[in-house]
Amino acid sequence: MSTTVKSTATDRQDERLRSQEGLRGAISDVVERARGGDLGVIPVVVGLIVIWSVLQILNPVFLSSANLVNLTLESAAVGVIALGIVCVLLVGEIDLSVGSVSGLSSAVLAVLFVSQGLPVWVAILASVLMGAVVGWVYAQLYNRFGVPSFVISMAGLLAFLGLQLYVLGSKGSINLPFDSGLVNFAQLAFVPDWLSYTFAVVAAVWLFVSGYLHASERRRAGLSSKTTSMLAIRSAALLVVLAFVVWYLGQTRGIGWMFMLFVGMVLVMHYLLSRTKWGRSVYAVGGNVEAARRAGINVKAVYTSVFVLCSSFAAVGGILAAARLAAANQSSGGGDINLNAIAAAVIGGTSLFGGRGSAFGALLGIIVIQSISSGLTLLNLDSSIRFVVTGAVLLLAVVVDSIARKSRTSHGRA
Amino acid sequence: MSSNQQSDNVLSLRGISKTFGAVAALTDIDLDVAAGQVVAIVGDNGAGKSTLVKILSGVHPPDSGKIVFDSKTVEIPTPAAAHRLGIATVFQDLALCENLNVIQNLFLGQELRPLRLNDVAMETRSWDLLRQLSAKIPSVRVPVASLSGGQRQTVAIARSLLGDPKVIILDEPTAALGVAQTAEVLNLVERLRERGLGVIMISHNMADVKAVADTVAVLRLGRNNGVFDVNDVSPEDIIAAITGATDNAVSQRQARRKEGLSS
Repeated sequence: MSTTVKSTATDRQDERLRSQEGLRGAISDVVERARGGDLGVIPVVVGLIVIWSVLQILNPVFLSSANLVNLTLESAAVGVIALGIVCVLLVGEIDLSVGSVSGLSSAVLAVLFVSQGLPVWVAILASVLMGAVVGWVYAQLYNRFGVPSFVISMAGLLAFLGLQLYVLGSKGSINLPFDSGLVNFAQLAFVPDWLSYTFAVVAAVWLFVSGYLHASERRRAGLSSKTTSMLAIRSAALLVVLAFVVWYLGQTRGIGWMFMLFVGMVLVMHYLLSRTKWGRSVYAVGGNVEAARRAGINVKAVYTSVFVLCSSFAAVGGILAAARLAAANQSSGGGDINLNAIAAAVIGGTSLFGGRGSAFGALLGIIVIQSISSGLTLLNLDSSIRFVVTGAVLLLAVVVDSIARKSRTSHGRA
Repeated sequence: MSSNQQSDNVLSLRGISKTFGAVAALTDIDLDVAAGQVVAIVGDNGAGKSTLVKILSGVHPPDSGKIVFDSKTVEIPTPAAAHRLGIATVFQDLALCENLNVIQNLFLGQELRPLRLNDVAMETRSWDLLRQLSAKIPSVRVPVASLSGGQRQTVAIARSLLGDPKVIILDEPTAALGVAQTAEVLNLVERLRERGLGVIMISHNMADVKAVADTVAVLRLGRNNGVFDVNDVSPEDIIAAITGATDNAVSQRQARRKEGLSS
């Protein structure tokens, strides 16, 4: 008896646990979880495969390297905004004004940088700060008066659109100089191939090393751990995927620095959300506010941080969009940007009901949204159809989210 | 009461009163809890049980009276103060986050290494804690949503033990539970007593009270209405003290039975 206890990890001793080890265990674990409604990123990966297949059949240019490079560049700005949306959705709130805030940020940047002639970093800093202040005001309204966030941000949507028009003045459009570093960064700066491959290798090695250290720490503590071969397979898979992406995009222009910036932000947010006390409290507030409050979490501070982050990300998105377009005008941040950002977050598996989702969802979600947009543009369909299709995809994503929630409830995982 | 017994008490209340507007919720309440003792507080709706719990957990301060904790007179102005003193409260609704797993719930708000969470240490400590309570939770990495009512109660109690409290207050721990799960929680209360904690258990269920409590303190209309040693008292006496009347359905049936037996 004592020998069996000794040889079994602390967290594997309950006789009711079915042993799930090795590759097969990992796969059946994923299947089991998905069946229980814990879908994670499965719907978005499946959706991406379907969408890419259909669009490739309709237009063979779609999956070409040149088009995919374009797609990554186009997705960075809205992707950053979606990252902020993920944060507010995690606490079960919403910000409908991210489009307007990004538009205002574009306008502020252009006015300070071009009309006032300030250094570009001052203009960028001012724009981001403006976003942070907007988020802080939202949080105050929410915390002090308990106004629902969708109403606050709907008011913001209109107010900041007005402010954007006012800031831009009578001309209504300000061009950013093409020779400025900002425009250069967004349009022409690409990561050299050797560096891209280095990034891929570093990512794979880092995944293996951190996994290995974690596993040996767990073994020392007498807990079950992933085997070294499993870790190696995982890292090798990541390396193959990343190397293929780098190689394929490298056929034409490669990976833009702006896209790398977006990916970097996703990684930072992923770390903050999953590995810090702050991230834990965000999920806790989204799951059960009262429980979070009783556990001693400063709930108001969590709401404030999340609203500030969301609006700041929206402002950064606005800066990137202005740089990409080399201009800020009255339609910056308008149209479907708002809905695309929210759709990207939801399609990426972030629940509208709070407490569920991840930063990577924003990355995957925006690629889906941008694929549809790019594919339909390639087919020469005008924006009327694009709007309808994007709307339908958003609806589908929300339906999947709701069904998954029901399934979780019935499988006792809600 | 001898002076020796006094010093054993980890928590003593003397003359606690609390009014809400024109309503005297508690009047002159005395209560003693010793280390390794389970005190059941029983009483009808509105008897002041919840108010007493809220005073002890720092939600409401009392209007008058003295709280002696660890032979020192203390005040409990906030929940954090109660936590610092070593009084842990498990409220009836448990307050768990269903989307988080057992480890995350146990350490919620007191995570180890805030900027780079120490998952391994937290998981090891979780297992230690759950093993000490002989808790039947198969995995600590499942979301709390997938646990049964008894298991959730266990998680909530285990969480309150993280701060090494001296007194733990359980508010209706078995109210929503089935037979097996109730037994599980009552075992847990036994385990808490063995660990030398003072346990205050609010309950409506006489069977539970008889099963685990050492002392029964009855509240009626905000006043003490008797403290009984659980071995010397029948459920009927407790019910009589709760309702303030010896003439009720339970005592009548008891009387009829006795008559039936004697005739």
